[in-house]
Amino acid sequence: MIGLNRKDALLFITVTVLVILAPFILNPFPEGTAMAQMFNAGYPDLMQRFVIFGILVIGFNILFGLTGYLSFGHAAFLGIGSYSAVWMFKLLSYNVVPAIILAIVVSGIASLIIGYIALRRTGIYFSILTLALAQMCFNLAYSVLGNPQKGINLTNGETGLQVYTSDPQYLMGENAPELPHLFGLVMRDSLELEIGSWAFTLNAGYYLCGVIMLATFYLSIRIFRSPFGLMLRAVKSNQQRLSYTGLNTRPYTLCAFVVSGMYAGLAGGLLSSMDPLAGAERMHWTASGEIVIMAILGGAGTLIGPILGSGFIEYFKNILSKINDNLLHQWLSFLPDGLEDALVWVLHFFVGKGWHLTLGILFMLVVIFLPGGLVELGKRTGGLFDRFRNAAEGSGKERNQSPRKAAE
Amino acid sequence: MDAVILQVLNGLDKGSAYALIALGLTLIFGTLGVVNFAHGALFMIGAFCAVTLQRILTFSYSVIDETQKDFLGNPLKVETPYVVSWFGEATGNSIIDWSVPLAILFSIPVMIAVGFTMERGLIKHFYKRPHADQILVTFGLAIVLQEIVKAYYGANPIPTPAPDALTGSFDFGVLIGFGENAIIYPIWRLVYFFFALAIIFMVFAFLRFTTFGMVVRAGMADRETVGLLGINIDRRFTIMFAVAACVAGVAGVMYTPINSPNYHMGMDFLVLSFVVVVVGGMGSLPGAVLAGFLLGVLEAFASMNEIKAIVPGIDQIIIYLVAIAILLTRPRGLMGRRGVMEE
Repeated sequence: MIGLNRKDALLFITVTVLVILAPFILNPFPEGTAMAQMFNAGYPDLMQRFVIFGILVIGFNILFGLTGYLSFGHAAFLGIGSYSAVWMFKLLSYNVVPAIILAIVVSGIASLIIGYIALRRTGIYFSILTLALAQMCFNLAYSVLGNPQKGINLTNGETGLQVYTSDPQYLMGENAPELPHLFGLVMRDSLELEIGSWAFTLNAGYYLCGVIMLATFYLSIRIFRSPFGLMLRAVKSNQQRLSYTGLNTRPYTLCAFVVSGMYAGLAGGLLSSMDPLAGAERMHWTASGEIVIMAILGGAGTLIGPILGSGFIEYFKNILSKINDNLLHQWLSFLPDGLEDALVWVLHFFVGKGWHLTLGILFMLVVIFLPGGLVELGKRTGGLFDRFRNAAEGSGKERNQSPRKAAE
Repeated sequence: MDAVILQVLNGLDKGSAYALIALGLTLIFGTLGVVNFAHGALFMIGAFCAVTLQRILTFSYSVIDETQKDFLGNPLKVETPYVVSWFGEATGNSIIDWSVPLAILFSIPVMIAVGFTMERGLIKHFYKRPHADQILVTFGLAIVLQEIVKAYYGANPIPTPAPDALTGSFDFGVLIGFGENAIIYPIWRLVYFFFALAIIFMVFAFLRFTTFGMVVRAGMADRETVGLLGINIDRRFTIMFAVAACVAGVAGVMYTPINSPNYHMGMDFLVLSFVVVVVGGMGSLPGAVLAGFLLGVLEAFASMNEIKAIVPGIDQIIIYLVAIAILLTRPRGLMGRRGVMEE
């Protein structure tokens, strides 16, 4: 079916259905209630982030999951993609198609250069090199290429790149919208649906990102199942042996690196298409670290892992940063006063502005106890149920047998 | 000529910090085979030891001073640090004044405890895991340590001044035969440089001239054989981890007067220290030290106005460019040996 085997097709269809129905699934609580304010995630901005970071981590997974090369610099390509897209808005028009294409091309070239240098070494060296090169890109974007006083100003430094009314926009039509659009369909437009006391937002930008995400997901499944993917897995399992058979692995790893860099550039282009701004902080190496965290949390080397990981982190980041002390007091009001205050004092460090701490601890726990991420957790719990079921069936058989034995 | 010497001096203080951190990183890598992404966090914890000691020493109570009046005519409340009331005016104030150098003594037991807990509690379990896992778990630890410090001390830099006697600048040029006011240099930076040299010398001497150091060097060369000879090499490596943590910690303590410590200072230094390690050659202690000073001085030269006028912004990226150039020509780094991290 559609070029995939049955299992993969099922997975792909499940993800497709989830992406289409996400605005409904993510808004389970009726509008205006306290639960809705807290846990509803069905608003455009967050849903766009879900799918865009999904694309980013799917791409990262092609490199890290298949070849085992841990890149600590993927945020650089995200940033390069965002800047290229905004430049397209500045020079041509607000149509997102050229923006996204340029984002992919430029980040592809950048990843070719960085990959060529970094892939000369493996293992830890590779991680450190990508980290250093990405940090160099950050410095370039933040100060060197972004100084309004000096001639070159590609990135507009600290302020961040944005579109001004004085920009040329050569292809801008007469009645073209003043916001990013796809041939007239403005990304910020949404269809508001009210069903009973529930309200759902069907956002144009979200669905564009969703469709692109599905396409990239399909591509990644094909890469995973292709001979090329098999070669990448061979690199992960034993690169030395592969070289001894007379095979040059560099073109394969470089190709994987460029593909994943282009995925990241695409994600950056989409981020700018949703909101025509690009800043250097997107390229900082802590952002790269977050990409790694998402991939590991979901389950590196699995198909569905990246989507789970990015969704999980974006969702909890959103919730945790919303919680504050008052809310905690409200929730824990059933406890005796002293205990309530003590508990709020402890939890205070983990929520609101301190959600980074929670993220760090969660990440450490996952790396220590669950190297396979959420996918492994799912498999383990599944295995546990199977064992229970087997045990139950086994005891049932014995029970069935015993009367027979008794009869004999 | 005087401008060149000034830039060399300017590079030395940053170079010292790079060298000390890179030395610790290489030490940990050489002994345990683990790349410690939390090493910058150790540097940061050291710096915050200085902040903590300063806060402890200036811990004060208020006394109502009847002799002084504020502008409303009420008796003035005077904050008196406990240290001053215990040791008397002169001694107490000078103890507070010298809090940064004193913090070295304070930080050593703290860093040993932190290093020991880290190694025994976490890194021990990661010897046999893939390198990627080691990087990831120490990266997670770095985030956690950083966020804990941020939660307690806040996100703003905290000024921690050097002792009065060592603040300010002096005329270095006169000492080496230049005219007056040719080379003015802050005293503390020179102190930092000599302090770093002393620490580096101590670490090398420790490895070179003690039996303990000899065993550690043997373990770095062939861990298994040393283990088979009946030596508990794991224990020595744990101690070396604590030593590396100490080196990073005291480097952080002494750096506080140069740059006010904030919670992400460790991360900022870490990336550059990794570059230093790669340039120096992974696993080579002299290489790490040499590359640290070299890149520090290079960065100082690149930030000269004359050079910035030719290539704008070169000071921001020079270190990375040099690293790339060295890596393309000498893949093992300046002093890297064959067989270290080749797989």
